[in-house]
Amino acid sequence: MAGLPLFKHPLKDINRLIMHPSTLFFTLAILCAFSFWIGKRRALTIADGQIRNLHSLPGYYGYYATLWCAIPALTLLALWTGFESNIITALVIRGLPAELQHLPADHLNLMVNDIRNLVSGNIVSGEIDPAMRAAADHYQNLRQISQAALAVVALTLSILGTLLACRRIHKAQRARNGVERAIMLFLIGSSSIAIFTTIGIVLSVLFEAIRFFQAVPVGDFLFGLKWSPQMAIREDQVGSSGAFGAIPLFAGTLLISFIAMLVAAPVGLMAAIYLSEYASKKMRSITKPLLEILAGIPTVVYGFFAALVVAPFIRDSGSLLGLDVSSESALAAGLVMGVMIIPFVSSLSDDVINAVPQAMRDGSYGLGATRSETICQVIIPAALPGIVGGLLLAVSRAIGETMIVVMAAGLSANLTANPLQAVTTVTVQMVTLLVGDQEFDSPKTLAAFALGLMLFATTLILNMVALYVVRKYREQYE
Amino acid sequence: MQTLIKQQSTIGAADRRTVGRVTVENPRIRCRNVHVYYGEKRAINGVTLDIGRNEVIAMIGPSGCGKSTFLRCLNRMNDAIDGCRVTGDILLDGQDIYDKRLDVVPLRAQVGIVFQKPNPFPKSIYENVAYGPRIHGLTSTRSELDEVVELSLQKAGLWDEVKDRLNQPGTGLSGGQQQRLCIARTIAVGPEVILMDEPCSALDPIATARVEALIDELREHYSIVIVTHSMQQAARLSQRTAYFHLGDLIEVGMTNQIFTNPRHRLTEDYITGRFG
Ligand SMILES: Nc1ncnc2c1ncn2[C@@H]1O[C@H](COP(=O)(O)OP(=O)(O)OP(=O)(O)O)[C@@H](O)[C@H]1O
Ligand SMILES: [Mg+2]
Repeated sequence: MAGLPLFKHPLKDINRLIMHPSTLFFTLAILCAFSFWIGKRRALTIADGQIRNLHSLPGYYGYYATLWCAIPALTLLALWTGFESNIITALVIRGLPAELQHLPADHLNLMVNDIRNLVSGNIVSGEIDPAMRAAADHYQNLRQISQAALAVVALTLSILGTLLACRRIHKAQRARNGVERAIMLFLIGSSSIAIFTTIGIVLSVLFEAIRFFQAVPVGDFLFGLKWSPQMAIREDQVGSSGAFGAIPLFAGTLLISFIAMLVAAPVGLMAAIYLSEYASKKMRSITKPLLEILAGIPTVVYGFFAALVVAPFIRDSGSLLGLDVSSESALAAGLVMGVMIIPFVSSLSDDVINAVPQAMRDGSYGLGATRSETICQVIIPAALPGIVGGLLLAVSRAIGETMIVVMAAGLSANLTANPLQAVTTVTVQMVTLLVGDQEFDSPKTLAAFALGLMLFATTLILNMVALYVVRKYREQYE
Repeated sequence: MQTLIKQQSTIGAADRRTVGRVTVENPRIRCRNVHVYYGEKRAINGVTLDIGRNEVIAMIGPSGCGKSTFLRCLNRMNDAIDGCRVTGDILLDGQDIYDKRLDVVPLRAQVGIVFQKPNPFPKSIYENVAYGPRIHGLTSTRSELDEVVELSLQKAGLWDEVKDRLNQPGTGLSGGQQQRLCIARTIAVGPEVILMDEPCSALDPIATARVEALIDELREHYSIVIVTHSMQQAARLSQRTAYFHLGDLIEVGMTNQIFTNPRHRLTEDYITGRFG
């Protein structure tokens, strides 16, 4: 008998299978399909097989029943899973021996964690005493009961929902309108996810930034010329006073973005002009995807290209000319970032140039203008607002770019306009402030959030201006 | 209805030969056996036609018969269209305009075109008209340019309406005003031939009358080829009329002869409204 451990708890295993959330989901899905069929059948029966007698097509009655089947059950499921672990934990704690219950809060937390680990078979930090073992069993038990109850209640709800829906189906019922309203609500929900996420990000960054500004005055941050984010760990530490002036970082960001745009704007624009005005169809179909491949290269690849190829090259050629070039120059990072941005500029500009109506070109050519005259005097002016919008989007892209500058720009916060020196950028500093083990209440770490807020505000404004400009341009040719 | 279908289906190759006199004395433009293809598709099928000096020649025909295509051949506007191919000879004052060595820039300055749909540049009214003279270097001083702009706008019958707002965008004018602006823009370059593709199709009767008066005036100095769907307009304006049908030039003749006494059955059907 001892050789048959496999069959020790056959019932328990089956139980676990039945209660498993995925089984529940699967059953619900089958129920939903079934309810669709029932709803449709019901509608057809009521209408004596004549679709014309119904307000909506039979399928809509099916969906109607499905919605009644699924929505209550899924809502319950969501709520249940949301509160389950809290409730169970509370119950388990209440079941603990009295002396354990009165432990300080953090100890109690630790122990609850251990109990959970014990349940899921993970490594446990402390000694396992019988009280904890009992608590773990208790926990396990409660969870099983909870899941069984959940399964029963959810399935009952969905069956009841289906039955209710079937009872409510009658000939003149506006099933289609109901279903369409449900779909619309669902779509609204989906689109608001993005919005709420953005709001959430902004708020969290904002609150952390406010905490930072409690430690460091806003004026010092915005207008300070020195950036050295050290904080004292001990009171008596030497050189412990940090300086949080963001000007050098923003200056560095602007310098590198400026160099990047110096590369990307003319090259991208000219590439766009070539693609839209000069290239033959065949050439265009080859060149355009090739250019867009540039946009698909991961920025980290650009980063090490900048750090390992471009920066040494610039340093070496600089030293040939007798210039003192830092090996992490703003120039190298800016150049490579510019190359990365070229496809943005070119494909956005290409779009707006193509949107200039053919009639404009015909008008110009018909007057005997050459191609370059037409481009310079008619097409570019007509497309200019769109091109400017595209450039602004590219700038905001450059400002927010992180990987290239992390790898190729330096860490020293020099306040300089010399592209041959090393500068650092907002994004680089944010990364260095947050990478590794950090305590989240020192101004040093919180500074990252303040920087993030500034960065976010800058790019947001840029994007808004760009979108406004682009939209205005769109209207012109409607 | 049935007779009509029958008539059409019985038109053979022989019936597509051009009826009427295609040549004139001392022509400005000579077209000989012109074929135009869009890719594999043939849009113009062996057209032979002369365009005289100081005449208005009207081109009529059902939609899609190739009037615009033929018109655009005359100053090589078809070059810009992918897959468009032109064969045969088109001579402007004896010079082959499809000669490889010929530069299209002076050609288009000589043969101006006004499109069916007004297409002013998104620039000021003044700049719209000054564009042509500028790129061809026709004037050397600002006052000369001012003069050309004013004269062209006057000729186009637009000067009185816009003289106080020359710096406002040309796109802000009404459709009829825009069309006259485009005409002014074209004549500012001083072309010898003006091609007009349905210049009045978007205009109200008053603006149409203005443009027609202008065309009548311009005839003194220019040759004008005008495509129109209005038979009254063709009859009012032109000295000669050419009738196109599915890429063929069916009949050419003096305008009053075409409209009173067409010689080809297709022309007659079209003019009397039985076709098209
Ligand atoms: N760019 C083009 N590519 C391919 N086919 C074309 C093109 N332009 C015109 N065509 C074809 O050539 C034929 C003649 O067209 P065209 O525009 O010259 O007609 P049309 O006589 O001017 O007609 P409408 O009176 O409607 O302006 C049509 O069958 C048209 O489909
Ligand atoms: Mg046409």
